[in-house]
Amino acid sequence: MPVDSTTEHGNRVHSDGGWDAADRFVPIQTRSGRFTAVDPADFPEVTGRESIWKLTPLPLVTALINDQLDGSTYAFEATDAAGATVEWVSRDDARIGTTGKPEEKASANAWHSFEKALAIKVTSDEHVELTVSRSALGSGARAGHTIIEAKPNSVATVVLQNSGGALLSENVEIIVGDGAHLTVISMQEWDEDAVHLSSHFATVGRDARLKHIVVSLGGKVVRVNPSTHLVEQGADAELFGLYFADAGQHLEQRVYVEHVAANTRSRVNYKGALNGDGAHTVWVGDVLIGKRAAGTDTYEQNRNLVLSEGTRADSIPNLEIETGDILGAGHASATGRFDDEQLFYLQSRGISEREARRLVVLGFLSEIVQKVDAGALRDRLALAIEVELAGVAS
Amino acid sequence: MSTLVINDLRVSVETDQGTKHILKGVDLTIEQGSIHAVMGPNGSGKSTLAYTIAGHPKYHVEGGSITLDGEDVLKMTVDARARAGLFLAMQYPVEIPGVTVTNFLRTAKTAIDGEAPAIRGWSKQVKESMAALRMDSVFAERNVNEGFSGGEKKRHEILQLELLKPKFAVLDETDSGLDVDALKIVSEGVNRAHQATGLGVLLITHYTRILRYIHPDFVHVFVDGRVAEEGGPELADRLENEGYDRFLAPSSVN
Ligand SMILES: Nc1ncnc2c1ncn2[C@@H]1O[C@H](COP(=O)(O)OP(=O)(O)OP(=O)(O)O)[C@@H](O)[C@H]1O
Ligand SMILES: [Mg+2]
Repeated sequence: MPVDSTTEHGNRVHSDGGWDAADRFVPIQTRSGRFTAVDPADFPEVTGRESIWKLTPLPLVTALINDQLDGSTYAFEATDAAGATVEWVSRDDARIGTTGKPEEKASANAWHSFEKALAIKVTSDEHVELTVSRSALGSGARAGHTIIEAKPNSVATVVLQNSGGALLSENVEIIVGDGAHLTVISMQEWDEDAVHLSSHFATVGRDARLKHIVVSLGGKVVRVNPSTHLVEQGADAELFGLYFADAGQHLEQRVYVEHVAANTRSRVNYKGALNGDGAHTVWVGDVLIGKRAAGTDTYEQNRNLVLSEGTRADSIPNLEIETGDILGAGHASATGRFDDEQLFYLQSRGISEREARRLVVLGFLSEIVQKVDAGALRDRLALAIEVELAGVAS
Repeated sequence: MSTLVINDLRVSVETDQGTKHILKGVDLTIEQGSIHAVMGPNGSGKSTLAYTIAGHPKYHVEGGSITLDGEDVLKMTVDARARAGLFLAMQYPVEIPGVTVTNFLRTAKTAIDGEAPAIRGWSKQVKESMAALRMDSVFAERNVNEGFSGGEKKRHEILQLELLKPKFAVLDETDSGLDVDALKIVSEGVNRAHQATGLGVLLITHYTRILRYIHPDFVHVFVDGRVAEEGGPELADRLENEGYDRFLAPSSVN
């Protein structure tokens, strides 16, 4: 893929050659120092100039920021899985608020409004797969709160399947206990006029692994912002994303990884395709390597494939390093058009232009599709991408 | 018996410095089953000819014609040319991330034949051709050309040639960058295709060493966008000994 704009930075610092403190990069405000509050009244009026809102189409989301939200329970379906439970719990559940707090007003509005939290708990130390589907949220402004708790040493895949209409602001707390291996896959296949703002907060325990995959295909405005805190030694997070924005669609993801403890590892890889007038995607990737996070190993990247005129892909990686003693840190971001040479090569083998484009896009996105280890879901995802591709002009 | 006829072909390309005329009236007729070698100095337009036959959008045909059994090739899309039986083994094959060789080959075969190949017979053919080209079977699951070495890319081109069974193949410096063993293996692949399907070959090369394995019926000397001389296999040896000096106008010799 030809690269229109790219930043590639590598950063390797060895323990014997740590940086001089004076040379150290000091950001104006470190990401962990951002204001947080659970009461929306504590946030000032949103103007649209705030860094967290400035790339989001504000008129389409103001109801979620300023209006009263319906925080009642909603209908969901969960697949049967031994060793996993799904239930509504009250606001005073001890787990609530343990993974993080809202950084913006719509998230706080949801926090303030939800009546019960949907708690998914995994205890099995043999791999279980659980899908929780919502498809009847309706068009009224709503709040949601979800807890996903993986007990120590449990192994599970939890799929959050979203479809139908929605005007939803929600918070999702993910607690990965010591030694647990948890995969969370959040699928946004909303109706085309749906609006969804979601903040995920995750804490990953000692020697625990979180694989987090965000797939956003359907919806007018979909913003999923996962924040992951690697709080204990040996914690590992892999954060993947796949999005496909059609004409008039806004798909946004702000990924934040905080390396708190020593010897933690993170990988971030988001890939997106954009097709049609007004297709807009935003990826912001913040990685913070804290003072205690010696031995951190991190790499984040975002790549976008532009399939037509009239699209916009924002891609902004940030890396903050507060300790000199790291294993490796780097980031990359690139947005490019179809490579004509790839299309020519495929066509010169008899493959039609339409089929050639399909192959190239599927190939581009397949790196993320392959990360979905739930077989049935992976097949369904491949199919959903095919449906998206049907809309790509040849 | 098919015939590919190139007549007075003139081709230009747009560059930052304006239009550059590269092919200045190429005449060449290839009968199915015959092998033609094209030799000529760097920049004389050999790859341009190859790409123009395949229909690369960068090259503009200013005049002349290419016909395949009387059909106007220049009117065909790139993929239609391939389906009509033309094949180009590229000098620099591109990488296609995320598309496996297996998937690519099956998709191409289906496109060329107009129907999907029978699964079992096809996998067997692919396996056999890969083995004959000494390509490890792991290549089947790798992405097209991604991380392939120069020589591996060339073998992969010839693998496609064997499997897609075109009527005419243009081989653009398929021999460049191959070690002696690979050269022999790749040449045998071309000869197999030639014998099995009566393939017509336009072999672009700088070196006579490949002509020890693939025996040309005709040799064409390509200079400054034209065929400057034609002859039998003996012409290749003469070129190797004498170089291109006598074909070059004094002004272009420095
Ligand atoms: N896309 C292009 N833009 C600018 N110039 C081009 C382009 N394609 C070809 N040319 C020029 O046209 C001339 C012929 O190029 P071509 O690649 O056909 O030569 P060749 O005979 O294949 O050379 P070689 O033996 O080095 O492969 C060269 O001077 C080359 O620089
Ligand atoms: Mg060339």
